[in-house]
Amino acid sequence: MRAAVVVFPGSNCDHDTYYVLKDLLGIETDLLWYRETQLDRYDLIVLPGGFSYGDYLRAGAIARFAPVVQALPEYVAKSRGIVLGICNGFQILTEAGLLPGALTRNISQKFICKTVKLRVENNATPLTQLFEYGEIIELPIAHGEGRYLAPQETLERLKRNRQILLKYYGENPNGSMENIAAIMDETGTVFGMMPHPERNSERIFGTGDGLKIFQSLVGALGFVRV
Amino acid sequence: MKEFLIRVLVEPKPELLDPQGQAVERALIELGLKNVRETRVGKLIKFKLKAISASQARHKVTEIAQRFLANPVIERFSVEVEEL
Repeated sequence: MRAAVVVFPGSNCDHDTYYVLKDLLGIETDLLWYRETQLDRYDLIVLPGGFSYGDYLRAGAIARFAPVVQALPEYVAKSRGIVLGICNGFQILTEAGLLPGALTRNISQKFICKTVKLRVENNATPLTQLFEYGEIIELPIAHGEGRYLAPQETLERLKRNRQILLKYYGENPNGSMENIAAIMDETGTVFGMMPHPERNSERIFGTGDGLKIFQSLVGALGFVRV
Repeated sequence: MKEFLIRVLVEPKPELLDPQGQAVERALIELGLKNVRETRVGKLIKFKLKAISASQARHKVTEIAQRFLANPVIERFSVEVEEL
């Protein structure tokens, strides 16, 4: 198995994500420069957190035209592998139209950096298969623009297709519709989440729930960790 | 070719909550502008563009505003074209 963590100008969670995949899970992982377009050798592509292009215009609005993102629709169309967008990566995937909806300014107008509780809404997906349905997990969030918005018919479709994977539990930190924290596309191969699994992948940083997100993906791809 | 000054005004869709507009409105009232309402905060993107005609300029800018300058899920925009 081979994974890629994309590096945009302004990414800042790329090395943490690389560390989890490479050092904690032992997966062959490349840091992939945003100008690359050869994606076929990767089973998993992660768009990491950060502030690509300084979040200018809108978070993700400029990164979505980067060559690597322009190459993603073809990668997805042929079901080559899994795409995961974390935080800024999620924002980029919505801007690119690979995930529905949009991520807007937190309702409090504040950047929020803290650990939140999340409820697993669907555990029959590559991202969440190692969790129990309804399980409450903990992951950190760190964003100023994480309020998930979508037209009503999109929300209905997400619910009907069980594309909502994680919801904020107990409190809704950013004002997201339906408390949405993570979704997937209709193909079940493109995932977006505002919380940062890479920041809670070792017990020293909390519950370690984040590692199970990555282990779920690796397991779903058919690569069993040795 | 003529040159035009283009102004693209982007604002949150009217049906969406605009927390930034709300915060600004509270401050406006605090500062004595008592009768203010429906404050919205958007952005202005301004540039010069060479084109054959004003309508061609408008057409090109509108197309790219839909794809890039505004996000149709959450924003609407208008385009102003002024010949220089």
